[in-house]
Amino acid sequence: MLSRTADNLFWLSRYIERAEALARILEATQRLASLPAAYGGKTNEWESAVATAGCAEGFYAKHGEADHDSVVAYLAFDRDNPSSILNCFETARHNARSVRTALTIEMWETINGAWIELRRLADRRLAGEELTRFLGWVKEIGLRFDGSATRTMLRNDIYDFSRIGMLLERADNTARILDVKYHLLLPEQGEVGGGLDYYQWQAILRAVSAVTSYHWVYRESVKPWLIADLLILNDQMPRSFAACYGELVRHLDQLARAYGRQGPAQRLARSCRARLENADIRDVFQRGLHEFITDFIADNNRLGAAVHEQYLA
Amino acid sequence: MPSPAFDEMTLSDGSVRPAYRKLAEWLAAAPPDLLQYRVKEAELLFRRIGITFAVYGDQQAQERLIPFDIIPRIITADEWATLTKGLVQRVEALNRYISDVYGKREILKAGIVPEDLVFRNEAFRPEMAGKTPPHDLWVHIAGIDVVRVDADTFYVLEDNARTPSGVSYMLENREVMIRLFPELFSQHRVAPVERYADELLATLRSLAPRTSSAEPVVVLLTPGVYNSAYYEHSFLADKLGIELVEGRDLFVRDEVVYMRTTEGPQRVDVIYRRIDDEFLDPLVFRPDSALGVPGLMSAYHAGNVTLTNAIGTGVADDKAIYSYMPEIIRFYLGSEPILKNVPTYRCREPEALSYVLDHLDELVVKEVHGSGGYGMLVGPHASKEQIELFRAKLKASPAGFIAQPTLALSTCPTYVASGVSPRHVDLRPFVLTGSNGVRIVPGGLTRVAMREGSLVVNSSQGGGTKDTWVLDE
Repeated sequence: MLSRTADNLFWLSRYIERAEALARILEATQRLASLPAAYGGKTNEWESAVATAGCAEGFYAKHGEADHDSVVAYLAFDRDNPSSILNCFETARHNARSVRTALTIEMWETINGAWIELRRLADRRLAGEELTRFLGWVKEIGLRFDGSATRTMLRNDIYDFSRIGMLLERADNTARILDVKYHLLLPEQGEVGGGLDYYQWQAILRAVSAVTSYHWVYRESVKPWLIADLLILNDQMPRSFAACYGELVRHLDQLARAYGRQGPAQRLARSCRARLENADIRDVFQRGLHEFITDFIADNNRLGAAVHEQYLA
Repeated sequence: MPSPAFDEMTLSDGSVRPAYRKLAEWLAAAPPDLLQYRVKEAELLFRRIGITFAVYGDQQAQERLIPFDIIPRIITADEWATLTKGLVQRVEALNRYISDVYGKREILKAGIVPEDLVFRNEAFRPEMAGKTPPHDLWVHIAGIDVVRVDADTFYVLEDNARTPSGVSYMLENREVMIRLFPELFSQHRVAPVERYADELLATLRSLAPRTSSAEPVVVLLTPGVYNSAYYEHSFLADKLGIELVEGRDLFVRDEVVYMRTTEGPQRVDVIYRRIDDEFLDPLVFRPDSALGVPGLMSAYHAGNVTLTNAIGTGVADDKAIYSYMPEIIRFYLGSEPILKNVPTYRCREPEALSYVLDHLDELVVKEVHGSGGYGMLVGPHASKEQIELFRAKLKASPAGFIAQPTLALSTCPTYVASGVSPRHVDLRPFVLTGSNGVRIVPGGLTRVAMREGSLVVNSSQGGGTKDTWVLDE
């Protein structure tokens, strides 16, 4: 398979995953920001949305203040923001067009359809119910793309590369949500138990679509350390670090088997997974939640670079 | 104006030609909203498949659909048999001519084609002089544009010997028609075209250099997604099951071409390139080309890779050489051309020029190197200003132009806003030449000028396409 094709597939899936993550972040932020002031505290939720999306620099170069309108405009529709939902779909579609023959018709139609629809919407200022519907639609595109990939693709290297892109992006998104909100999960904050924290915790779960899963797994009220456990170590939770790395290792091993060769990417992924498997959430807190998350983000980036070096260059 | 054009369905006395009888009955019986409904369905299908093309210089409509006409064009088995013979003859002559021009130059020595038409031709590649591509075949994929003027007469309008496009429309038009009009297919024995991809692959593989392995690796080289024919490139690569590569996916080491794959470098034997000569290798041709592969020519000259079509075939397909095709056929094959040439005034010749200048309002004037319907004057349809503009151009550089009488291109029934109405058509069949023979799939791309009375069928000028049915009996 051409390296460029693999690269396009890898980024195509990353961009679709990123668009979906942005939609969930915006939804959770919108919900949190709309709580009555009594539950609100001092934090500006829109600021942390910008931080979570990892585009603070570009955002503040353009907007003085983070509020509903400026953040929605920048994260969803701004052409100057390379990671806006609009640009994610635009780039995904461009990549898809370059590798069309490697995609199934269902995947192509999902992306092409989304791109056509988005061009129709892009210049309209969406607000209120329209915005909610739009964010729901973006998530739906992610689901449809994911679903058509799972249901229609051959299980070969094409599939592996697109999954690897998606999983790296997913792990990164979960990690960045935790990175921005980690202080809310620390015990000294948690015991305050004020109204605000409770809704903040809910918002974290919501941003990774895990409100219901949490209750199924722990069968108790929302506790900050259990949220950390769920999103970092629980491999039943599809967006957790552990689950992403379980899958990453599996797909990288498949590639290595198909190509008859192991490399740095396989080794990095395996050692990262081993660390997650052997960790206990109490140790994580003891050694420092923030450091743990920062290290993970760096490892995840290293794995992305190794995959690039080994296969995509 | 020429007399009313020959209509392929309905003769001037109102009778329907036999091949079209069932179609005419069906059209007469079809309720108007049925046709309209099928048109909408067809557009939806094309939009979904994503068949689009880019129009150069049109920023707004980056991706447009070529209008598709749902009424098929029908060619009888007999007509097709004649066409086939003529096409095979024509492409064989083209191959012999190019081989000669870069080799012994016998046709020049014999004084049949003037030397300056060859050596001053922009498409002439001195790099190929004295060189022989694998199997001494040059034009492996040709698109020969044919028009019809009456029941018996076909003319060749243009030879496309570089990188002819349009075959994806031939294939997709058929797919859409089969989905939309199963009832019509059950009433006609239409020769299938779907074999084209297999035939093309067999042709390409037969062209592999002798140094390649038993299983030659074939790729399709595209300029990339922004090229107007990108859809076709990806479509063909998919149908052939070969990699669609860009220049940056290939590299040359020790005069062998490799592609970069996820499993390391892989040798490439045959490159079906959809990039013009001058962009192929920045070390030899345009140094600013980012589309090509540095060193490709060295591998080509070493005989380690086949390029289809070969480099330098443009020397055979410009409009000035076109006028010599009958002589070229006679010279190499010793036989009379089966398909006629449109009588052509070479404006480089003073007598011809003065005739052309006196009859601009009757003639079609074309740039020798133009294509895609750009830079063309259709005298009978042109305004005074357009005619004067061309008069000035002609006087300034007569050798850059040829002129032809305005042919009454045949018409076919076409579905337009006002209903079913005749529109002018042409036909581009595709001729494949491999080391193991010539292959022509029964059919081709019928282009139709959607505007009433227009003779310009090019998609860049608002032309549409039709499915072309060659009847099997």
